[in-house]
Amino acid sequence: MFAYAVKRLIQMLVVLWAVSVIVFMMMSFTGDPVFMVVPIDATDAEIAQARRILGLDRSLPEQYVLFLKNLLQGEFGRSYVFRQPALDLILERLPATLEIVLVALLIATVVAIPLGVFAGANPQNPLSRLIMSGSLVGISLPGFWVGMMLIFIFAVELRLFPSSGRGETVEFLGIRTSLLTANGWHHIVLPAVTLSFGTLAIILRITRAGMMEVMRQDYIKFARAKGVSRRGVLYGHGLRNGLIPVVTIFGLQLGDLIAFATITETIFAWPGMGKLLIDSIYRADRPVIVVYLMLVALIFVVVNFIVDILYTMIDPRITVK
Amino acid sequence: MTAPLLSVRGLRTWFHTFAGIVKAVNGVSFDLMPGEVMGLVGESGGGKSVVGFSILGLIDPPGKIEQGEIVFDGRDLAQLPEDALRRIRGREIGMVFQDPMTSLNPVQTIGRQMDEVLRLHTTLDARARRARCVEMLESVGISQAAERLGAYPHQFSGGMRQRVVIAIAMLARPRLIIADEPTTALDVTIQSQILRLMRRQIAEEGASMILVTHDLAVVAEMVDKITVLYCGKVVEAGPVREVIDTPAHPYTRGLIDSIPNPAHRLPRLNQIPGTVPDVRNLPAGCNFRDRCPRAQALCAEVEPPLIPKRGGQQAACHFPVAIGEPA
Ligand SMILES: Nc1ncnc2c1ncn2[C@@H]1O[C@H](COP(=O)(O)OP(=O)(O)O)[C@@H](O)[C@H]1O
Ligand SMILES: [Mg+2]
Repeated sequence: MFAYAVKRLIQMLVVLWAVSVIVFMMMSFTGDPVFMVVPIDATDAEIAQARRILGLDRSLPEQYVLFLKNLLQGEFGRSYVFRQPALDLILERLPATLEIVLVALLIATVVAIPLGVFAGANPQNPLSRLIMSGSLVGISLPGFWVGMMLIFIFAVELRLFPSSGRGETVEFLGIRTSLLTANGWHHIVLPAVTLSFGTLAIILRITRAGMMEVMRQDYIKFARAKGVSRRGVLYGHGLRNGLIPVVTIFGLQLGDLIAFATITETIFAWPGMGKLLIDSIYRADRPVIVVYLMLVALIFVVVNFIVDILYTMIDPRITVK
Repeated sequence: MTAPLLSVRGLRTWFHTFAGIVKAVNGVSFDLMPGEVMGLVGESGGGKSVVGFSILGLIDPPGKIEQGEIVFDGRDLAQLPEDALRRIRGREIGMVFQDPMTSLNPVQTIGRQMDEVLRLHTTLDARARRARCVEMLESVGISQAAERLGAYPHQFSGGMRQRVVIAIAMLARPRLIIADEPTTALDVTIQSQILRLMRRQIAEEGASMILVTHDLAVVAEMVDKITVLYCGKVVEAGPVREVIDTPAHPYTRGLIDSIPNPAHRLPRLNQIPGTVPDVRNLPAGCNFRDRCPRAQALCAEVEPPLIPKRGGQQAACHFPVAIGEPA
């Protein structure tokens, strides 16, 4: 187990290093950030000096070494726009993003798994067909359109939910969260539902496919030959086997959710790091973009590590080595 | 005379598929006495498994028991509702499947899968159930049974898994065991061990057994009587010695001739020529006639009924093989 953890840790570092290379390359090919930091009327000498300070006058490999050194020291630079450490800016907004991502994942899971299990266990049922057609719609609708429709119906027409902002927050364990206030929940419903659509549809389809596959297996028939009821077979024998593929998709979906949160946050003016990212891209605020990408990569890698551990817990055939 | 434990009469189980109606079992009858072991033989696709699943009420759509009686201990299983059948499965009728690699749930321990049977069918407390599981595992030849209860199926070999499956099938002391090709998926060396084990278990419990197999050699030493299925119909039935020594139906004769003979140096492998016809659209007359060396014009027109021969033997053939006659 220890050897496995070490091996995985090394793998994770390699992945993060690869991401750092990609991020650096992307940054080097997208515009010259020096104009973000110098005043409009700067002289050539001033521009050259700024370049030197930012290290932009050196060769690319040299710049990369510097970039990596700074990353390793937790030195991510200051936002050109806010004149604050980029990491602080991102961390300040991280809880808001995690909030909608987690609530969206929760909604998706709670709705998708029971529906997927039902559809997989009763493939011939008309209700199952309805569920499956619905999930296709969920996959194909673009998130921004869903968000706008929800705003139009529930915020503009029915006036049930607010259309923007995060609502009241309180501090809990040093983190500002809106999940502990009624007003906060009131604000989170629409963005979280919007964000959950695609993931919900995917988890539903994977659950159904997994259940259908499992219900055909011999051990299901054998369990029935033992006298187990249909329900008992479904939940006692089918579910855990059917959910094995679903667990894998969880880690991947979390990445998707964080990515799509940028769009949702923009639509709902949700003050998360996704919205900050979009704003920073418009303003070529390089340090912020770099921190965002590295942080998301880190979250992704860690979550998938946890998923792999979970995997070994539900499937005894898989042992870590 | 004692009443049969199981009496199957005119059973028809059909599958309504897109490609047509598959008459997998089409008019099968047999009786099984208490303590008796019957071999249900025939080539693959003959409907043997479907007979077994029909008895347990485990035929799923598009399959359906169309007709017939399955009288077990005075009750017609074909008419019982699902929850009544559930109390019979596992408790009064146990089943062993063909492939031990897939019959056990991979994510549950052996102990839990065994315990489930006792939880469903007995009022024993946890401690007594555990004791019974250990005892049962030991009696099927699994050592360190108490520790093995915590193991998962993938930690066992195929032969050991089949022992576990047999233990599960016998746990609630059922009166009938349906063993569907229980050794087909196993190594030859393990096959006879498993068969002997089953035979002994059956004898100890005084239970009856239907041993499904496509291998007549297996049956010869294991069973009291034989029922031969071809295309969902019984073509020959009778006491094991009579059927093996003096088969009346050319199909049975063909099956016997294709057993490798250990007395000869070279195994004699006379496969029956031709293939099983498509059960979706069987022509009139005898289903075996296209593969039969004795077929005549009559066979294409009239389907031969199952008629009694000498000594309790029955065969469905217009021109049966006479005793001593070469095939
Ligand atoms: N679920 C099913 N759907 C359609 N046809 C089936 C199904 N199960 C069995 N059959 C058909 O029934 C026939 C008998 O099958 P089976 O009882 O499994 O044969 P055996 O056990 O003698 O090899 C075969 O032709 C098979 O294709
Ligand atoms: Mg079979």
